[in-house]
Amino acid sequence: MKASAGGYARANDVPHALQLLALAGAAGRILAGGQSLVAAMNMRLSDGDMLVDITRIGALRGVTDTGDSLHIGALTRHAEVGTDPLIRTHAPLLTEAVHHIAHAAIRNRGTIGGALAHADPAAEFPACAVALGAVIHAEGPEGARQILAEDFFEGVFTTALAENEILTAISVPKADAAETQIMEEVARRGGDYALTGLCLVRRAAGHRVAVFSAGPAPVLARAAMAALDAGDIDGAVAALQAELDPPSDTQASAGYRRHIAGVLLRRAVERSGGQGA
Amino acid sequence: MTLAFSDRIDVALVVNGEPVEARVPAGQHLVDFLRLELGLTGAHASCEHGVCGACTVRVDGQAVRGCLMLAAQADGADVWTVEGLTEAGGSADLQAAFVDRNALQCGFCTPGMIVAAEDLLARGGVPARAEIRAHLSGNYCRCTGYEAIVDAVEQVARTRAGKGTA
Ligand SMILES: Cc1cc2nc3c(=O)[nH]c(=O)nc-3n(C[C@H](O)[C@H](O)[C@H](O)COP(=O)(O)OP(=O)(O)OC[C@H]3O[C@@H](n4cnc5c(N)ncnc54)[C@H](O)[C@@H]3O)c2cc1C
Repeated sequence: MKASAGGYARANDVPHALQLLALAGAAGRILAGGQSLVAAMNMRLSDGDMLVDITRIGALRGVTDTGDSLHIGALTRHAEVGTDPLIRTHAPLLTEAVHHIAHAAIRNRGTIGGALAHADPAAEFPACAVALGAVIHAEGPEGARQILAEDFFEGVFTTALAENEILTAISVPKADAAETQIMEEVARRGGDYALTGLCLVRRAAGHRVAVFSAGPAPVLARAAMAALDAGDIDGAVAALQAELDPPSDTQASAGYRRHIAGVLLRRAVERSGGQGA
Repeated sequence: MTLAFSDRIDVALVVNGEPVEARVPAGQHLVDFLRLELGLTGAHASCEHGVCGACTVRVDGQAVRGCLMLAAQADGADVWTVEGLTEAGGSADLQAAFVDRNALQCGFCTPGMIVAAEDLLARGGVPARAEIRAHLSGNYCRCTGYEAIVDAVEQVARTRAGKGTA
């Protein structure tokens, strides 16, 4: 099948993109890396879109050190996230995540902002954002605002972003000196979406665990985190399995996903060097 | 500042070293543009949702999915297809290795495989077989079972790194 776009316009900067979105109304659609959107258009899952191509907005690309956190522009591509030295040093979870995302040619164009805005329940970056306690930056006609990652992902392909807003960046707190950040996932083949995946962050303030592909949005597993803080790994696995309510679909059953989540938590704790707390 | 959307977009790009100017439909992807407008039928439009890799072409030095990039987005880009790589001769050793090793049968995936493999080979050194597999994981081949393709890429990596053939 072939895509049918309603129209295409190239935005020069964020205000221009916002004007274009306003002009297009309900048909307006941001085009970033296109690695999900153009696929959906080709399959006619998305039809008649008025495309606002933001890929030439230089201000939305790149990584900067802002003191306590890293500011990562929405248009920073997966491949760039994977090789960026600041990210490797201060947010290594994102570096590791890139190895699990799709294939090289897709990582060369897909953007972190696109992956966050798209909010696929099986995607890696949304879960990383939740695990790291990241902040999402958005800009709309009423100005700029910041949304905590935990509050950003609302459901399958659904976020707190309004239709007339653009996701401009994500900022992630820098890891503290002794912090460990680990991603574990199970997929059928390298590059496939995860059947279930898990992020573990162990920092001075305590553990953070986020699970993906086990529900409509990434799950911050608070009961498991509390058990890990108390040094109780068996308790954490039991708590994690109790707080997940994964779907059964053609890829995996709910029971399998719940089981795998427990296995991944044990693997992650082991890699992080023990029981923590 | 223009506030206009268009359903046909003017683009100027360089394809296989030749400047090209065209007016493209808003929804046309790059590989259809290359095939239907320029007659470059090496890259294939197959699954058209990024899964099979048969449409892989080189844009601004990087392997990308030709089906997941709009032709309109290629304004100003430097695009190479298997036709251009063949003519320029830089991939002749890789193409010969594919033939020697029986790394192709029907040939449908081969143009995409060549572009994807060159993306890896461009990094230099001799990648481990697991790395070659990972790099080509987004390119389907329904004939060879991949073993021969990994052989061919590994052999060329060794030769280019000056370490002789395997
Ligand atoms: C074969 C294949 C395998 C894949 N495997 C994985 C995988 O394993 N894990 C994974 O995480 N992803 C995977 N992906 C998806 C890939 O990571 C995409 O790049 C990503 O989901 C979307 O990013 P994009 O920049 O391409 O966005 P686009 O496709 O351009 O846009 C996606 C959606 O987000 C919106 N959007 C984009 N940017 C913004 C913005 N800045 N502000 C507001 N809205 C915006 C668009 O309007 C659109 O609705 C895969 C894709 C393919 C084709």
